[in-house]
Amino acid sequence: MPQVTLTVNGKTSSVEVEARTLLVELLRDKLGLTGTHVGCDTSQCGACVVHIDGNSVKACTMLAVQADGTKVTTIEGIAAADGTLHPMQEMFREHHALQCGFCTPGMVMSAIDLVAKSPQGLSQDEIRHGLEGNLCRCTGYHNIVKAIDASQSLMHAKAAE
Amino acid sequence: MKNDVVAPTRLTDMEHLDLRRISIVDGDLHLGALATMAEVAAHPEIIREWPVISQALLLSASPQVRNMGTMGGNLLQRTRCGYFRDVGFNCNKRLPGSGCPALLGDNRDLAIFGGSPQCIATHPSDLPVALMALDALLVLVALDGGTRRVPLAQFYRLPGTAPDIETVLQPGEMISKVVVPSGPHARNSVYVKVRDRTSFAFALVASAVCLAVTDGVIRDVRIVLGGVGPMPWRLPEVEASLRGRRVDPEVVATAAAKAGDGATATRFNKFKIELARRTVLRALQTVAS
Amino acid sequence: MIVGQSTDRLDGRLKVTGRARYAAEVKPPNMVHAVLVQSTVAAGNVAGIDATAAQTMPGVLRIITSANAEKLNLTGAKVLQSMLQNNDIFYNGQHVAIVVAVTLQQAQAAASRVRVRYTPTHAATMMDAALNQATLPTNFRDGKVEPDTRTGNPQAAMATAPVRIEQTYTTPIEHHNPMEAHATIASWDRDRLTVWTATQGISGAQESLASLFGLAKANVVVICPFVGGGFGCKGQTWPPTALAAMAARSVNRPVKLEVTRQQMFTSNGYRPRTVQSLKLAANQDGKLLAVQHDSLTQTSRPEVGEFAEPSGLAARMLYACPNIATSHRVVGINQGLPTFMRGPGEASGMFALESAMDELAVQLRMDPLALRLANYASEDATSGKPYASKGLRECYAKGAAAFGWQKRDAAPGSMRDGRVLIGLGMATATYPTVRMAASAQVRMMPDGTVLVRSGTQDIGTGTYTIMAQIAADELGLPLGRVRVELGDSRLPPAPISGGSMTTASVLPAVHAAAIQLRHRLLTLALAQAPAAWGTPAVKDLRLQDGLIVGPGGQVSAGDVVARQNVPFIDATVDIAPNAASKDFSCHAFGAQFAEVRIDPDLRTVKISRWVGAYDCGRVINPQTARSQLIGGIVFGIGMALMEETRVDAATGRTINANISEYLVPVNADIPVIETIFVEAPDLVTTELGVKGIGELPMVGVAAAIANAIYHATGTRVRDLPIRLDNLLA
Repeated sequence: MPQVTLTVNGKTSSVEVEARTLLVELLRDKLGLTGTHVGCDTSQCGACVVHIDGNSVKACTMLAVQADGTKVTTIEGIAAADGTLHPMQEMFREHHALQCGFCTPGMVMSAIDLVAKSPQGLSQDEIRHGLEGNLCRCTGYHNIVKAIDASQSLMHAKAAE
Repeated sequence: MKNDVVAPTRLTDMEHLDLRRISIVDGDLHLGALATMAEVAAHPEIIREWPVISQALLLSASPQVRNMGTMGGNLLQRTRCGYFRDVGFNCNKRLPGSGCPALLGDNRDLAIFGGSPQCIATHPSDLPVALMALDALLVLVALDGGTRRVPLAQFYRLPGTAPDIETVLQPGEMISKVVVPSGPHARNSVYVKVRDRTSFAFALVASAVCLAVTDGVIRDVRIVLGGVGPMPWRLPEVEASLRGRRVDPEVVATAAAKAGDGATATRFNKFKIELARRTVLRALQTVAS
Repeated sequence: MIVGQSTDRLDGRLKVTGRARYAAEVKPPNMVHAVLVQSTVAAGNVAGIDATAAQTMPGVLRIITSANAEKLNLTGAKVLQSMLQNNDIFYNGQHVAIVVAVTLQQAQAAASRVRVRYTPTHAATMMDAALNQATLPTNFRDGKVEPDTRTGNPQAAMATAPVRIEQTYTTPIEHHNPMEAHATIASWDRDRLTVWTATQGISGAQESLASLFGLAKANVVVICPFVGGGFGCKGQTWPPTALAAMAARSVNRPVKLEVTRQQMFTSNGYRPRTVQSLKLAANQDGKLLAVQHDSLTQTSRPEVGEFAEPSGLAARMLYACPNIATSHRVVGINQGLPTFMRGPGEASGMFALESAMDELAVQLRMDPLALRLANYASEDATSGKPYASKGLRECYAKGAAAFGWQKRDAAPGSMRDGRVLIGLGMATATYPTVRMAASAQVRMMPDGTVLVRSGTQDIGTGTYTIMAQIAADELGLPLGRVRVELGDSRLPPAPISGGSMTTASVLPAVHAAAIQLRHRLLTLALAQAPAAWGTPAVKDLRLQDGLIVGPGGQVSAGDVVARQNVPFIDATVDIAPNAASKDFSCHAFGAQFAEVRIDPDLRTVKISRWVGAYDCGRVINPQTARSQLIGGIVFGIGMALMEETRVDAATGRTINANISEYLVPVNADIPVIETIFVEAPDLVTTELGVKGIGELPMVGVAAAIANAIYHATGTRVRDLPIRLDNLLA
């Protein structure tokens, strides 16, 4: 079986996987990082979004072996070591941008990438379009937009530090 | 693969090949086959000189998929036909000779141009629609390292009696590069996509239009429809009826009204014919204004 | 008072950090994986299964078919097929085998190699081809409600009325598509079964599994602390849960069975297609003279079970009218068993009724809102009972004012922004208030914190939070010192989280338990009190900030527990609905106002503005309640404009069994939504005054949009979903 070496949330792991194992299965089953969810398995719902080398991708669309040598960040890896939430997490929490919570990790990971890549700032309409790859069925779209909007200044301020 | 449509015993990861470059050579745009949709869409020179490419890409899929999806992969995306994607159905494209239940089934999403009694699947991607309007060429590399150039217009094959063969790619051959000529038509280009929801959906009908006008006269025009056929569907008659004419709302409207000519609808997709006319009209109006 | 305030969600932090554990996320030692194999024909039987190739593949532990499946007791089961008990096939996508293997990948690979041979027979796959075979439901609403009603003489009134509307409306098959697919992990310890399963009803799951496997209820434990959305499809216990348990027993190891997204279209029910005939008669002033609502629902073959969408119930009670007739019939075809889906009955039925009311208003040249007010009911027209509470008039008024309804020009196509067509539409919402028996336990710990326990579920609605709010208030504690345990069948039992009844059922139990505990603590405090306190009575004491305060001094509530030398002091209450509620018509109400913008050429429809005003009784937490309201509206937008499960007529197989082609709304489809609470407490159903919220906000949404589209374009669409195909002509 192939050996995959990757850095997940700052920690380097070497794992043996079947070649057909998806990255999301590696994260959930082998590394126990179950915060990355599987909602469809076919790149549609966005519940499995993680960051690979700083870009948001759907972890169900990638074989684990393709992630060899990359830096992966999951929902478990964005809060500070002391437990202080990432501004995006904090805004999702504060604005009730979640209900059942199943889409939330992927939504947060996509939102971080969206805001980080838009230092010029995003309108609410741009946020709505920028989140096209993340479905919420409960559906908290309205509060999610509020949370992301509120996170922009916090994230950009933090980046400027 | 996840749908069991194909079950390869071996996969080759091409990611580490040097095919990711985006460059401009003698005015032509060269897109490496592994350039990602996100990189190409955000490229400032592409946005300026070939806006239809960037627009088509940004209206495709989602940011996460665009971060991974490549030029070559998007050109070779398989159809979204529900009969093809579910192995519980017969499908001539998947299992030659098994039949096409879509012809008499739910064919709302399927082809009005270029289909055959064997298959009416549509090509789902937006990028090739834009590239077709730009007369793009593909560079193909064979196993022995030999290359050949194929115009995109000759790359896809109509289903005919062999819907399982979708392109002229030979076994062992791959796309290495896309070459896109530039020009005033490319600079004045647009992609209009009509779908069932505001974002993250495949096209019901899309249209890529390039228009070059000098002194109020149309010098060059290319009109391509997406979502309507097994390959991007160019409309040469409509283009001909515009070339050399003055840009005038009536001229444009008369030409666009021909966009559905020659279409063959099935039971549930008749609306696409009228929608094709209106989509082309909207695209023409956008570049003509 | 914490009740009535927008507090943080108790589950917020867990969910934004990915630490909320859903059903598929526990990992008992030695767990293996199961994958379902489903039929590809809609009728007939399984002639044979060739599993030899699959059986020898790496990691495969067992392949279960009807030939070697454990026999289950189907007495009382809601779903009678798809559990490998026989070879009959009644719908395409029925489960015919389970593959169990060490890894998920091995199970998937082997499942794709299982070859099933069928002897197919003729299948009736489409409801519309079988309408003439409609039958009376055999067990409508579990026998609690009549399928047909008649007051007065609608036919006679219809015959002589000056204004009449007679139309047919249809709603398609829809699938719930919660983001979390159904999943179960089953583990046996001799005759004890533990399942972690995604369910809206742990009590029901416990009961079903006990019955199917012939176990004592106490030997079945069902655990589900978080549910990734349900919307009805995790209400009853569907075959995959039982199949996971069957698989686990057969390999004698814990088994995880995750239903794939594609399988979700054939494994957990769906909102059935309806064909509804609606007849309205009125006088020139718009007073309704007759209402007749006849509903046909698609259901499965009787061998699978029966479900009738109760589309006609709203027509019985919403408007004042002397002559009302309603009927429900089912059309059994070769499709799986339908089930409840958000706003069951009312969502589909009110599309028809509220579209017809709009058509009547057009015919009368009357404002649609004025027509509703002209027929405002002060009592339930069919039962004759008074409403327990009704704030609908205020909903209309506040909603219309916030929306700017009075600026609407009634002529279709008259309102534009540049060339873009603007349409304004409205509709009424209503949903019954239901309460069921529930129990809860409240514990005071020696450290002064409180633990609230009930075997209910939080499907995302905020149950954790509102349970804590009620207890915190009664026990005089800040919210941060209250913990909640739910989602475990070892807790005091509570009903299913569906039908918008969790708040009205569980909160009274928590409330009563907290009151009892409070009394117990105060009594103990008195008994423990030093002489300096004198001889106060319980009524002289109060609980505040964790302290029991009396005239003579104060003591911490935790210390009272500690002094008793017990791990905790608790009170458990099992509480039944108020008998008095039977004498009332109990409903929540609302008014929906929609603005649509339609591309004049491409005819794409965009919802540009939404205002909804809702009488959902007393609101415990405005923020979690508002989240549900917005969610319901969005669900309704999906129903109106895009959701449809598309079935191939020849095979009865779904062609869009994925969430790329089964479209649900994306964020960009959603406008700014304004919601207004009109709190008319229902003090008959509960002393807390609550009504349900989950279903109400999606009721009437599709009609409001259809009415707005008519207003924008002059085109009346009576078949959902409304897509540009309908509007291009």
